[in-house]
Amino acid sequence: MAIRSSIRKGGVRWGEFSIEVGLACCTLISVITTAAIIFVLVKETLGFFSHVTPAEFLFGTRWVPLLKPSSFGVLPLLWGTLIVTVGAAIIAIPIGLASAVYLSEYASAKVRSTVKPVLELLAGIPTVVYGYFALTFVTPVLKTVIPQIQVFNALSGAIVVGLMILPMIASLSDNALRAVPDTLRQGAYAVGATSYEVTTQVVVPTALSGIMASFLLAISRAIGETMAVTLAAGATPNLSMSMLESIQTMTAYIVQVSLGDTPAGGVAYQTLFAVAALLFLITLLLNIISQWILRRYREVYD
Amino acid sequence: MAPRGIHARSTAETSLRKRHARARLFALFCAAVTWAGAALLMLLLYQISVNGFKWFDVQFLTSFPSRFPYKAGIKSALVGTLWLISLVAIISIPIGVATALYLEEFGKKGRLGRMVEINIANLAGVPSIVYGIIGLAVFVRGLGLERSLISGALTMSLLILPVIIIASREAIKVVPMTIRHAAFALGATRWQTAWSHVLPASFPGILTGVILALSRAIGETAPLIMIGALTYVAFLPEGPMDAFTALPIQIFNWVSRPQEEFHELAAGAIIVLLIVLLTMNATAIFIRHRAEKKRG
Amino acid sequence: MAEFTPTQLQSKGVTQLQDQAILALQDVSISYSGKAAVSKVSFPIAKHKITSVIGPSGCGKSTLLRALNRMNDFIPNVTTEGKIIYNRQDLYAAEVDPVEVRRNIGMVFQKPNPFPKTIYKNVAWGPGINGRKDSMHELVEKSLKQAALWEEVKDRLDESALSLSGGQQQRLCIARALAMAPDILLMDEPCSALDPISTAHIEDLLYRLKSSYTIVIVTHNMQQASRISDYTAFMEMGDLIEFGKTRQIFTKPHKQRTEEYVTGRFG
Ligand SMILES: Nc1ncnc2c1ncn2[C@@H]1O[C@H](COP(=O)(O)OP(=O)(O)OP(=O)(O)O)[C@@H](O)[C@H]1O
Ligand SMILES: [Mg+2]
Repeated sequence: MAIRSSIRKGGVRWGEFSIEVGLACCTLISVITTAAIIFVLVKETLGFFSHVTPAEFLFGTRWVPLLKPSSFGVLPLLWGTLIVTVGAAIIAIPIGLASAVYLSEYASAKVRSTVKPVLELLAGIPTVVYGYFALTFVTPVLKTVIPQIQVFNALSGAIVVGLMILPMIASLSDNALRAVPDTLRQGAYAVGATSYEVTTQVVVPTALSGIMASFLLAISRAIGETMAVTLAAGATPNLSMSMLESIQTMTAYIVQVSLGDTPAGGVAYQTLFAVAALLFLITLLLNIISQWILRRYREVYD
Repeated sequence: MAPRGIHARSTAETSLRKRHARARLFALFCAAVTWAGAALLMLLLYQISVNGFKWFDVQFLTSFPSRFPYKAGIKSALVGTLWLISLVAIISIPIGVATALYLEEFGKKGRLGRMVEINIANLAGVPSIVYGIIGLAVFVRGLGLERSLISGALTMSLLILPVIIIASREAIKVVPMTIRHAAFALGATRWQTAWSHVLPASFPGILTGVILALSRAIGETAPLIMIGALTYVAFLPEGPMDAFTALPIQIFNWVSRPQEEFHELAAGAIIVLLIVLLTMNATAIFIRHRAEKKRG
Repeated sequence: MAEFTPTQLQSKGVTQLQDQAILALQDVSISYSGKAAVSKVSFPIAKHKITSVIGPSGCGKSTLLRALNRMNDFIPNVTTEGKIIYNRQDLYAAEVDPVEVRRNIGMVFQKPNPFPKTIYKNVAWGPGINGRKDSMHELVEKSLKQAALWEEVKDRLDESALSLSGGQQQRLCIARALAMAPDILLMDEPCSALDPISTAHIEDLLYRLKSSYTIVIVTHNMQQASRISDYTAFMEMGDLIEFGKTRQIFTKPHKQRTEEYVTGRFG
């Protein structure tokens, strides 16, 4: 082995350099992905807006894109997404938070160490499975209770989407509660608090930003959810207040169109991108807010 | 009054009794809600197994789909899923790990690094159906790859890339700085340090993340529908350019039919899918567990 | 009042304490999952005096201190044997309510652990949940004054407690404990995370509190123990080696181990 005696720079190390460039190129792929998403969505949405004004799209109350006379008001789809998401949140948030509190504050280490991986497993169940569950179990059960319910209905979709995001909320909120240092709990117990007071007045408020972030992530997941609502809630875009009727979400509409044979370039094809762009913006906004909350919450502990 | 409690503060004591009752009630409530939620999710699994095992046999695994429920099987879907996931692994793992290595070991931690980081975090939150639309516009139509395995694999790779990157970075982050300093002190370059010390030390963590990401890709349905994976395929794909179907697509197809028999077939396919996912998850948990034990 | 046999106390060198004891430990043994951390420790805690507990790291000081207001309840697999008598009652008797115990026996921890709430709420929270409604303002002011923090924070009571310095946070934690008007205040190395000036602040404070509070303090700082405390317990590997008046422990200890430890630290 040659002994290097010089400590002066010996020019560029080409091997090292080319490896670094290679790795940098890989990193570039995720930047390009973002650029591609934005480019494609913007380009096709602009094409769509040359046929339909943005105002008509955003504020129109009838969504009839495939039949004549057509109408491109996205509100019915937004409404469908909204009621399924709100319904899911009403189910999943209280149950998820209570479970997280149970796991982090009350359950024994043994229960926790078995339930936690199971939660992660449940969070990984594909959404098409929840769609199956909605159609073959939830809706029939609902029908025995509420006979007038339709075969496809928003309620069933909301229930299974709620079940779907439940493990995620429980697991992430549990992480947030666990991150609260034990010394805080002890400080509260030392002034004579009960476990209820310690949990609700010290631990949960301290972890609140982490908990809120988990809610937002779960809601964003529910909004972007596709298969369960496509299967359970149907394909009837409307502004109905009733959760017992068939509705259509933004995602379900996209699936419906792509299942048919839509020729590229037409207005019908472009609606896909306009709806997807809206979906993208809404979920992006929620994700950015939840990341912002999380960043703030990290600062508290450092 | 019972000689209870230390210090008799009579009014305070009755209110303390109330506070204790509330605390017990709250604990009970949380436990009950948790187990109720768990019961609901277990019900889902129970319902699937009751229906699915009716059709579950060798013939089910080795037959093509059919109009007749008793003849139908998941052969093409299963083979399609295996093809798909292999291609996704080949594409996404090297790119994902390379990105994580670059961000953690090479990149400057400046403004640009932060932007890339935020970008990746946001990509992880983009709904899968949006990836499907991009796949449709870019791979299927733009690059003319048609409704092929490779279109599906590329789309799916983009979808799970952020997950792999984030998990790998977490794994790389926990490698102690002292190891790197020791290597640098011996005159190693960045790459030598990364390749022979950082990567081996973070390998279990990376592997766990990769397995979980791939298991997500196996279950995703919407992007495959978008890029036009076929719902009725009575042949096996022979190369990346062939048309294909996959397990979730087959399940979706069967669930959307009105007949009960097809719903039961769907349940059978779900069982297969869940078994695959369970195996992968168990492997990931096992690897993580062993690595934690080794670290001590 | 405290049930000690005279020989027991004689052997520890303190007889006159018997009547003034507010808390009495009798053969207290504590173990973690069967592993003993404190074995058969007995000594009294005198009312309105400062008792310090000293000894090498890991000898069981914190474990013992946490037993005195049942904070060990939160550590799994802890077993406590023996008796800790407070107002004629054993703290570990089945009918005793630990929450009630902690209302009367407060604690200040090694590291400051203020709640991530406002300064005001940190002090007011304990009395609040325990049913106090009126003149909370006065109580907060009084407690903060007792903790020698009032002047520094009176204009920023609505700011987060996390914005205070380490020494201020620790004094806030003391104020938080004092607001409950506890009979006894337990302190586990309250100055270990603080600089000399903040430490001096807190020592002054303890000295002033002595007239109305009973204080038990764990410390590694020999000078601190000898400066502020009236009685000292020296522990080693879970055993109480010697208990007595602080002056006696530091000037003419009965046991050789005590002398070695006490003088060794002085150098
Ligand atoms: N939560 C616990 N679980 C198991 N063992 C513990 C626990 N806490 C303390 N121990 C053990 O009990 C013994 C006494 O610990 P303790 O913390 O009471 O010592 P200490 O005298 O306060 O030490 P230091 O001066 O370092 O604070 C030690 O051997 C310690 O390892
Ligand atoms: Mg200690």
